[in-house]
Amino acid sequence: MDRALRRKIANYIFIGLCIIGTAIALGALALILWSLFSQGIGGMNLKIFTMDTPAAGSEGGLRNAIVGSILMCGVGMIIAVVIGILAGTWLAEIGGDTAYGHVVRFLNDVLLSAPSILIGLFVYELLVFKSNPLSLGHFSGWAGAISLAILATPIVTRTTEDILNLQPNALREAGMALGASQFTTIRTIIWKAAGSGLLTGGLLGFARISGETAPLLFTALGNQFYNGDLSQPMASLPVTMFNFALTPYADLNKLAWAGALLVAVAVLAVNILGRWLARDKNSH
Amino acid sequence: MPAETKSIRFDPTDPIFRWVSFSAATLLLVVLGGLIASLVYGGWPALSTFGLDFFLKFKDCPAGSGAHFCIDTPWNPVTDVYSATAPIVGTIVTSFLALLFALPIAIGVAVFLTQFCPRYLAQPLSTAVELLAGIPSIVYGMWGLFVFAPWFAKDIQTPLMIAASQDPTSWVAKLVAGVPNGANLFTASIILAVMVLPYMASVFRELFRSIPPQVREAAFGIGATPFEVTTSVIIPYVKKGMIGVIMLGLGRALGETMAVTFIIGNSHRFPKSLFDSSSTIASTIANEFAEATTDLHTSALVALGLILFLITFTVLAIARWLLSSQRY
Repeated sequence: MDRALRRKIANYIFIGLCIIGTAIALGALALILWSLFSQGIGGMNLKIFTMDTPAAGSEGGLRNAIVGSILMCGVGMIIAVVIGILAGTWLAEIGGDTAYGHVVRFLNDVLLSAPSILIGLFVYELLVFKSNPLSLGHFSGWAGAISLAILATPIVTRTTEDILNLQPNALREAGMALGASQFTTIRTIIWKAAGSGLLTGGLLGFARISGETAPLLFTALGNQFYNGDLSQPMASLPVTMFNFALTPYADLNKLAWAGALLVAVAVLAVNILGRWLARDKNSH
Repeated sequence: MPAETKSIRFDPTDPIFRWVSFSAATLLLVVLGGLIASLVYGGWPALSTFGLDFFLKFKDCPAGSGAHFCIDTPWNPVTDVYSATAPIVGTIVTSFLALLFALPIAIGVAVFLTQFCPRYLAQPLSTAVELLAGIPSIVYGMWGLFVFAPWFAKDIQTPLMIAASQDPTSWVAKLVAGVPNGANLFTASIILAVMVLPYMASVFRELFRSIPPQVREAAFGIGATPFEVTTSVIIPYVKKGMIGVIMLGLGRALGETMAVTFIIGNSHRFPKSLFDSSSTIASTIANEFAEATTDLHTSALVALGLILFLITFTVLAIARWLLSSQRY
């Protein structure tokens, strides 16, 4: 009896601790979201989208940063989707079981979680630092876009491989039975069947890179002015937020919060869209 | 009607496709190789100039201190002398503290979501945790800078220091000594913990869900309480995987830049207390790289990056190995 009671009490304490832990976690995250919305909405107005980043004390918005972020993420994503889908397809359909395939898969996983600031250092050495033939010799939007591409490619590769592995082998056999070549089978059957899953992978990659700050700090650098030319230094929302948050000026801090809200809402929206697409697929 | 037999045509697109997709996969290796090569190449001037001093530099101990050896932690762009010891220690200490805070809570959340949570709550809460894992780390950093650090300085740090000033020689006083501005090792670790928490909780949840229900049901069937099921069945069943997840979280914490840079205080010396400012490898690079003054300064920062890469690579490799050897 005593023993049963002890077990019961231990159980209740354990359940209580789990609930407290969950409450602490959700509470902290709710506090963050609350600050984000309350501070961010205060700085939100139309000028955010129509005016460029100001000097302290004058009026301004985040137009150049928004455009820069969209351009660099867009270019980065195009590169990442092309390379990632090809590499993921190779892993799933062609060479994934070879020793080389195992090495690629393992190192892709390492690259997937490598600290993003190191990607920035690498691209700096490759495209910004003067002493090599590839380098532009100065900070540029291209360098920023390529850093983001390097961050997103492993994600797209990984999800592509996972999604293609979920496709039933009967599909591949059906393609072969019709006499289609492997490429035709992959292109017209496998990729099509996995379509929404591939899109989800792309969206998750996009969500990951759109808030990345560290790799842009010394590749795209940032820009006070509006610039649509990728060969020049380019502003981005996260870097602008970083710079403005560290200034002592209340109006710039406010813009930083507005930018944070924009980025967070965009990331959440893209994530939710990706999940929704994946769910749609599963219910078929 | 005779069946038309056609020999299978050779399709020239096949080898092209194989070759193109193989190149894409190889490009990933090239990028990783290039990353390592560029870090070694860029960091070499600093590594060759300072040699072992870059990792650990000794100095003469002040007279009468009684210590056997003293470690110098110079980081001085003016005299161009750099040593990585302080950022390495800062990185490791903040990451371990962050895991210490985040781990029990993350396991609690995952256990709650997979075991005790009513079904109608489990799905929305799990989705919420996963979505929060996707919030960019700079948002956590800004929250730390604008909300958490001021609150911590005013309501926690200052009262603690006042209380500790009653007895300045006690270990508590030594632990809480520092400038009460909220930018220190401890607050940075907490922000880091809050950032890795949703990530770890959602991976733990995946891991717990992967356990076949029969295993749990068998344990419940012989009369075990949920507590006993969790501690003596579920956790041992995924032990390796859990260590893998911990390592993944550690890898994230070690390389995290933005959540830390805002509030660690960025000073290049050994933290003397829990509430002392410090720096991590990533925060040092983020703060100084674009404005590095001399070639040696740039090189020292790249060499720091190389050290960070080696640390995280080891941690992540172990994590992946553990997770892939976990059969579930």
